[in-house]
Amino acid sequence: MYQYDQYDQAMVDARVAEFSDQVARRLSGALSEEQFRPLRLKNGLYLQLHAYMLRVAIPYGTLNSRQLRKLGDIADTYDRGYGHFTTRQNIQYNWIRLEDAPAILADLASVGMHAIQTSGNCIRNTTADHFAGAAADEVADPRPYAELLRQWSTFHPEFDYLPRKFKVAIIGSATDRAAMKLHDIGIQVVINAAGEEGLRIHVGGGMGRTPMIAPVIREFLSPLQMVSYLEACLRVYNRYGRRDNKYKARIKILVHEIGADEYRRQVEEEFAHILTLGLEPPPAELDRIKAQFADPAFDPVAPGKIDLSDPDFAVWVDQNVHPHKAPGYGIVTISLKPVGGIPGDASADQIRLIADIARDHSFDEVRVTHAQNLVLPHVRRSDLYAIWQRLDAAGLASANLDLIGDIIACPGLDYCSLANARSIPLAQKISARFADGDRQRDLGELKLKISGCINACGHHHAGHIGVLGVDRKGVENYQLLFGGSEGADTSLATIIGPGFSEDGVVDAIERATGVYLAQRAAGERFLDTWRRIGATPFKEAIYG
Amino acid sequence: MSEAIKVLTGNDLLTGDVTWWTGSGWSRHVDDAAAVGADADAIAAGEQAAQRVVGAYVVDATREGSGVRPRHIKERIRALGPTVRLDLSLRPDDPAAAGWIA
Repeated sequence: MYQYDQYDQAMVDARVAEFSDQVARRLSGALSEEQFRPLRLKNGLYLQLHAYMLRVAIPYGTLNSRQLRKLGDIADTYDRGYGHFTTRQNIQYNWIRLEDAPAILADLASVGMHAIQTSGNCIRNTTADHFAGAAADEVADPRPYAELLRQWSTFHPEFDYLPRKFKVAIIGSATDRAAMKLHDIGIQVVINAAGEEGLRIHVGGGMGRTPMIAPVIREFLSPLQMVSYLEACLRVYNRYGRRDNKYKARIKILVHEIGADEYRRQVEEEFAHILTLGLEPPPAELDRIKAQFADPAFDPVAPGKIDLSDPDFAVWVDQNVHPHKAPGYGIVTISLKPVGGIPGDASADQIRLIADIARDHSFDEVRVTHAQNLVLPHVRRSDLYAIWQRLDAAGLASANLDLIGDIIACPGLDYCSLANARSIPLAQKISARFADGDRQRDLGELKLKISGCINACGHHHAGHIGVLGVDRKGVENYQLLFGGSEGADTSLATIIGPGFSEDGVVDAIERATGVYLAQRAAGERFLDTWRRIGATPFKEAIYG
Repeated sequence: MSEAIKVLTGNDLLTGDVTWWTGSGWSRHVDDAAAVGADADAIAAGEQAAQRVVGAYVVDATREGSGVRPRHIKERIRALGPTVRLDLSLRPDDPAAAGWIA
């Protein structure tokens, strides 16, 4: 994986020094809160419901064991012993003291990490397929492009004050594991008929209060022109994106209002101009980055067959281990969704344990998924049982990946100052209602996503079942949505009817699963049945 | 017997902790909150200028006996702490604490 060079390190070290000075000036009174607020936000430091919250960037969700261990140590040293992995593949600490923030950034910088551009109207942390470089179905590794985008977008002066925040995701296989089409820019690495590697560029997707699926703006782009093309995409947005209304300021609104064809025309015009400026990094730079993402030294004779006589282990392997491109290896997803637990939360001890396992068994690599789980990308299948035993002893062996218990939930009103309703207690109740593993597996793939407000950090628009928490005259109320997907078959969920209380929505979800079980055809997922039979049977079951 | 009042709240500059204006200072405990009137804005401005609090604002509440209950659930959660981690709340030993939110 990518290692910081002297320029990367100098940049984050300089930022630590700068922010340390800014905090000192705030504490001395030299800076007012009004002056300080945009400065702290540029370093990922929010003031949330109960305390300061620090959001740490994890570029394209990739960590080495030293970095992950540091995240655990920070949780112990400066927070309350845990961290929260987010749908942006980042980690958040909920109980940060302002005076500790510079020391935390210094600790992060010591392992090549930071909190830069995790807030504000700039290009945020680029996300990627969490199986990148490991998946059996991948046509090319998207991480070198993600890293190039990180370097391009970090401190990019032209895009430091965009109309709104800007999110980019990149994948390298037809299976979309990054909700790519629901980003401001979504990139898919593809191979054309001539066998050449290129990029398909989607622009104008997003969730939030106005969910949209990004149309294709460029079918095939040479990777050696990626920076210039994205520069053009951003420049057109920066020029014409609305700044008079924050709810209409995202690029999806611009693309929707002028149309994909007109947006494409303007981008191509700008792109042609930018190509004359020579902004594109030299090919040698992309080659340098690609070399750092070379495959680890896989054992070519690693055995593929393993002993599955332990039934609990066998279920976990079946549910949480994915095919790897290298024979004899697997991709392990560690569920951070124990029954009744808080989705995405991990204790400092759990974080350090996973770091140790990654060091011992996964070529020192860990990934964070947008579904708030962690991944060991390169595991010998013959090591799986030992890993499972270590995880199980730490409460980390839930065999529920992509099942109804694998719920995405935003922090909601328990932590977030923007939320209208609590998300986590609802996730816990649903998780407890469907605690039985056999029942979950019988229901099959069922992606349930909960947001505590219209900002949709819990991706409710993309849930096979989505839940949106709203404030109804000071009382929490939950709207139920069906039919969303974030995958290759991306679709937006629709609200089925009037909202529910917290208990009511759990009952409604259970009734919906009953409809699915009664009406599913062979091989159908919940989503497939919903798409085939439509809303009426579900409405009848839910509302009577 | 409950009495409708307005109370002043904000976050401690240094720690970010939720704090409530007591009439002479700040407390983490909402039951210590004092009723404020037309002077609330001036108090907030003075306290913010003195670097003691951030983002101070007035919320509706009711005084119930010796306790103060913010009217909106968001403020009640601020007053208690996360309902999903009562061990980190201001009432870690009270298993009924989450019921106060409802």
